This record gives sequence, C-alpha cells and structure tokens, in this order.
Amino acid sequence: MSDAARKDTPEQAEFRQYCRDWLQDNLPPEPPVRLPLSPLEIMTEPQLHYLQDWQKKAYDAGLVGCDYPVDCGGGGRNDCQRVANAEIAAVRTPFFPNVIGLGMAAPTVFFHAREDKKRELLPRLLSGEDIWCQGFSEPGAGSDLASVQTFAERKGDKWIINGHKVWTSLAHFAEWMILLLRTDKSHKYDGLSYFVVPIRSELGKSITVRPLIKITGETGFNEVIFDNLEVDDAYRLDEVGKGWQVAMTTLAHERGAGELVTPRSGGRGKSAGKESGSVFGSSALVDLAKTSFRNGKTAADDAVIRDRIMQEMIREEGFKQSSRRARVQGLQDHPMRIPLQNKLLMTEITQDVAELATEIEGAAGSLYLADPNAPAGGRWPMAYMNSFGMTIAAGANEVQRNILGERVLGLPKSK
Amino acid sequence: MAQPTNFGFGEEQVMLRDSARKFFQDSLPVDKLHALVAADPDPHRPLVTQWAPELWQQMVDLGWTMLAVPERVGGMDLGAVAVAALCEESGRAAFPSPLLATANVSYILAAANSTAADAALEAIAGGAAATYAGIDSRGSWEYADTDVEVRDGKLSGTAYYVQDAQKVSQFLVKARNGAAVELYWVAADATGIALEIDAIVDLTRDQARVCFDGVTAELVATDAGAALHQAMPALWTMVAADMVGAAEWQLQTTVEYARVRKQFDRELGFFQAVKHPLVNVMLEIDQTKSLVYNAACALDSEPEAAARTAHMAKASASDMAAYASSRSVQFHGGIGFTWECYIHLYFKRQMHNQMLWGDAAYHRAKLADLVIGPVAA
Repeated sequence: MSDAARKDTPEQAEFRQYCRDWLQDNLPPEPPVRLPLSPLEIMTEPQLHYLQDWQKKAYDAGLVGCDYPVDCGGGGRNDCQRVANAEIAAVRTPFFPNVIGLGMAAPTVFFHAREDKKRELLPRLLSGEDIWCQGFSEPGAGSDLASVQTFAERKGDKWIINGHKVWTSLAHFAEWMILLLRTDKSHKYDGLSYFVVPIRSELGKSITVRPLIKITGETGFNEVIFDNLEVDDAYRLDEVGKGWQVAMTTLAHERGAGELVTPRSGGRGKSAGKESGSVFGSSALVDLAKTSFRNGKTAADDAVIRDRIMQEMIREEGFKQSSRRARVQGLQDHPMRIPLQNKLLMTEITQDVAELATEIEGAAGSLYLADPNAPAGGRWPMAYMNSFGMTIAAGANEVQRNILGERVLGLPKSK
Repeated sequence: MAQPTNFGFGEEQVMLRDSARKFFQDSLPVDKLHALVAADPDPHRPLVTQWAPELWQQMVDLGWTMLAVPERVGGMDLGAVAVAALCEESGRAAFPSPLLATANVSYILAAANSTAADAALEAIAGGAAATYAGIDSRGSWEYADTDVEVRDGKLSGTAYYVQDAQKVSQFLVKARNGAAVELYWVAADATGIALEIDAIVDLTRDQARVCFDGVTAELVATDAGAALHQAMPALWTMVAADMVGAAEWQLQTTVEYARVRKQFDRELGFFQAVKHPLVNVMLEIDQTKSLVYNAACALDSEPEAAARTAHMAKASASDMAAYASSRSVQFHGGIGFTWECYIHLYFKRQMHNQMLWGDAAYHRAKLADLVIGPVAA
C-alpha cells in the first residue's frame, strides 16, 4: 500500500478502489495518429478528437472534476481529485486535451462567476466538450501582465471588447476564453476586469484567430484579435475593477498552489523512461557523445565535452535530490526555498542540456528535422529552440529570480 | 542497497545539528573568531596557529569525534548524515579545529579494517585528534603517490599539505614499501618527526610539511589504495558539507548587507544586478546541499553509489564556493575589500576547501571516467 493510500479517508479509499477498477477496464485504444508531446501542441482535429474522447470517457466515469459540486457538473466529492490523479498517473493513459480549462479556467469560473454561469459553463468544460483558452499576454504585456490594454467599453448590459492577445495556446480549437482586460485606463491594477468570452461562435465575425509560427517553424499557439466583440455582462467574473484579484486565482492554480486540485492525465508509462530515468536528458548526452564526431574524433573522448556533460549531469542530480530534500522537514532552510526554484531550474537545465547536445553533435548539429542524416532526427536543435518557450513562459526566469530574491531572501522589491 | 527517502536524517540528527549550531554560535561568534585568528594581518606574521583547544576538548567531550567511528570500536552510530550535519555547522562558523581531519582519519581507518586500525580508532573514540598525511610534493590526490618511504621498517621522507597538523596528536601516514603502499599510525611527537609549518591563506586552519627521519610507526593497512578507494568519498562529502555551511553564512551575511546598505537612494538588493546573482548563489548552495546529503546517505546505505555521488557533491561544492565567495566580497563593496570585514575569513576558508581533496575539474574528470568510461587511447 502506498503512503498516500494509507492516509485515505473512507471516501477516498473507496474512490481509489473504484478508479483502479475502472482504469483497468477502460484504458483507451492506441491512438490512430501520432500524438504531440503536450496538450499545448495539439495541431490536428484527429489528435484533438481522440484526446477529447478520452477526457469525456474519464469525466463520465467520475474521474474528472470529482471535487466540483454536482450542479456544476462535478462529482460532489471531498478531496478526491488527487486520488483520481494518482491512480491515473500509475497507468498508461493519454493526456486530457482541455488543460487550460481544467487547470486555470475551471477554478477561476468556480470561485468568481455568477451561479447560473457556473452551471452553464463548467459541465462542458470538465467533460472536455468545450475546449478553453486563456487571454492574458499581449504584444505589450508579457512579464508585466498588469499592463494589458485590451479594452472593454460598457454599453448598458453589454461590453464591447477590442484588443489583441498573443501566445494563446489552443485558441484554434477553443469554444471559450478566460480574458483579462482593461475597463479603466486611469488605474493600472484597479482598472482591470475579468471575463469569459465565446471564441468559436464569433470566429470570422468579431474575432480573428491566427496561428503564430514558433522559432522552430512549427505552430502551436495563436494570436487573437478582438474587433468589437459584444459580450453580455453576465459573463463578467467578480466586480468591475477586480480583474487582477481574479487573475491571481488563475495563476495560483496554474502554479499548483490553488485550493482546487487540477484533474490530470498522462500516465508515466508511455513517453517517460525513454532517457533511462533522466528527466532532462543529461544521460542521453553520454550516448550521444559516444556516437558523435567532433573535428573527426569521438566527442566522448574530448576532455572539455566530458567536463560539460558532467556539469549538466550534476545539475540534474542536484535538482532531483533537492526535490527529495524538500520533503524532509529537518533539511530545509525556508519552506518555499526549493519549491520556488523548480520552474527556473527545470527550464534552464533542459535548455542547457539541449544546447550542449547540439555542440556534441559537431558539424552534424547543423542538420534539422527534414534531414535523413540528422542525429536523433534533428531533435536536439529543435529541443534547444523550443526550450526558450519554457524559460520565457509562466513568468520569465528573470521574474522567477525576483520572486526568489524577494520572498525567500527578503530582498527589497525590484518593481 | 537503497537509500531511505529522508536521507536517514531523523530526529536525532536534527537535534545534533541544532545543538552543534548553538555550540558554535555561542562559543565562537564571528567577532570572537576574527579576534582569535585575524589579530595580525601581516602576511609575514610568525607561523603560529590560532585556535581554541579548550573548545575542541568540549567537542570531544560531547562525543562528536565518535560520530565517524564505527560502533564496533566504541563509536556512535548516527550515520554519515550526522557527521555531514556537524561539518556543515562547523563550516557555517568557519570553526578552527581538527574536526574534519579527525573524521577523515576515522573513515580511512575504518576502511583499513585491521586490528591495528581498530586500535587506532579506539584511540580516536577515546579523544585523540588525528590527521591524514598522504599528499606528495606535487599535490597528487592519487592513491599510489607519496614521498614517504619505509626503510628498514621505519618511515623516512616528507608528507605535504598535511591539514591541521599542529592541532593533532596522531598522524595517519601513507608510505611506499617496495611495491606496496601502506598506511601507518604514529604519534605526532614521536622521535624523528619534524613539522615545517606552511604559511597559508586560510586563517581558520593550519597546514604543514611533516618530515620523517627514521620514525618507528604502527602498520595499520598493507593496501593503502584499497582503504582509500573505500574511504575517500567520505572525505569529499565532509569537506563539501563544510563548504555548504560556510556558503550559507556568506549568502545570509551578504543578503543582510544588501538589505540595509543604500546607494542611489535604494537598498543594494533592489537592483537586479545584485539580487539575481544572490539568487544564483542560493540555487548553487541548494544544489550542493542536496548532493551532499545524498552522498552522505550513500555512504550509509548505498556504498556502490558512494564514489559517484561524492564526486558530484565535491565538484558542485567547489564551483559553488568560488561563486559564493566572489559575490560576498563584490557585493560588500569597498568594505568587503578590507581586513576588518569578517567575510574574508570565509572567503579564505572556501579557497582552501575548493582545492582540498580535488577541485571541481578533478572530480568531474573522475566522474566522467565512471559514467562515460575512460578516454580511448
């Protein structure tokens, strides 16, 4: 019996057994198409439909939204989502496609929307029938999120919205968007308000969704342009001018620090373990170095390359051991010190490992995806370029360093 | 063997760590330490080691030198994680004592696994302080290298870079005997031993060349290489623990200064050119601390991983300490460049630690040999 199972309440214990039994009989069939690495990179309808079918099936069985009230389409259980997540993680499953809906929109709607709107929106969100996206970042508002300029002007019971959102993952499939915008230009934070707005039904009318091409040449996210979108006031979350506080609910859940546990799927079996237990791939560097040539010689015999591979391996092991240490009360200096380092370290180690891999490949590191001679199918140059998505998104690492300096070291706020 | 998830760091270890922290803080706070070891700034001052033998005696009485001695010969079994915690606290206080030196000898003797070595361990459990005299004139860390020879059953030659040689009563000496390399146990005041004191940067330690001229000594290991192969991961781990404690002091002291010192009408820590590097120092300390406790735990419960994990810990510690030290001086500004500012004590101890038993590049090279395999000829 696992540690978690031992501490179960009677309700959780019963539910755990139920999940286990259900999963045993109901794992989805092999996908008909190649799946992307994450839900944020779903590109095609067949990929989406396969994953939507899985979310719907798991929802109908009660494994998604367990802790939401029944009238919101939830399971009405107490603290059972983490149980379902653990059981799902223990088997091989595809992921849920509606990640932004489940992780960010659902708790925000639940805590801040009108009762009738919760009942209207949440069931189809939890089931995955409606895909959701998030309208936060703008061309002029990245790390400084509160400077958003998309504007809503009040016309009686309606709001007229104009503006431009960017880096909007899943917008090309989305029915709904959570939207942070401005209702007052004279106050930075208190001039913000928060809405949910329809996307798909307005496409080609007041909304334009255009794919943004990533540095790698692939698509994955979009820009969304609002041209006099009309939205009923009933879709406003919380009061006018309270948008920033509502956004904090969204961000807290995004970081896993919110009140509601996000339903998660994606078993450890399928894609993990490829790198023999190495999360960031530093052990793959060893194999790569043994088969790569630099200046005509085996990379694994180059003293500088060896040294640099060891540096990355040490960082990766350090990260792993810090995660372990974070659970040992007696070995901590500050409760948030290690947790707040996670995003920063994970993304920077991933980036540096990928960069080093392209160097290990020597001349062949110039070959990209379409080249049959590219080492590892051109994966490493792509991984390196893609890694900047992670060091920039969800609070650029410069912002993460401010947070660590201010909250953990107690240094004065930079801004 | 598998490691316990909590590194074997339970209540007893927490209590030991907390009482050690309090002991070092109360008995030798940094102002007193500075008065003790840094009274004379002259680089050409007389080579007299400054420390507090009465505090060392208290540490012995508290049983702390028994922690690295196996239980079967009178030691205390709290694990290597307990020794690491003690060394971390000693480093946090930049405490001058033969604590590391004696723990090092304990680990080598325990690995020597002979009756004579056990007798030597009993002497340590009984309060003797000791140091390992095993480095040659060229600063080699390799197990087979030594400038001490066994001639007619007696030791002759010189051991170099011997740590805290003036603070101990016993030496564990590596000596070549024909084709063999052996370990010998000898009293520091034995006839034929002369100390030539090194003038060193680190004010919290002493170091010497120990010269042997036909010295009678006790053979404790006929295969020094085997004992060292087993024991060295412990030495790397414990010096890395010392460095983690010292670096945490450097970080907190520099952060405190950055919170109060104002320039351009702002506290220094407001500026990201100061804030972000301090965060980076913290990241490196945390990485190293996690690797140190992983390595210490491996010594106790995963010996097959001891060398790999300890190479990682010491490589990480050496780079981390260099960075923590340089930022501590730089961010203290002009005052950080003076003798009166306490941070130089730690800067110098870290410089010494960085080198000791191999620097970062050395340990990464050894790690690469383990992980990648040797370079093709």
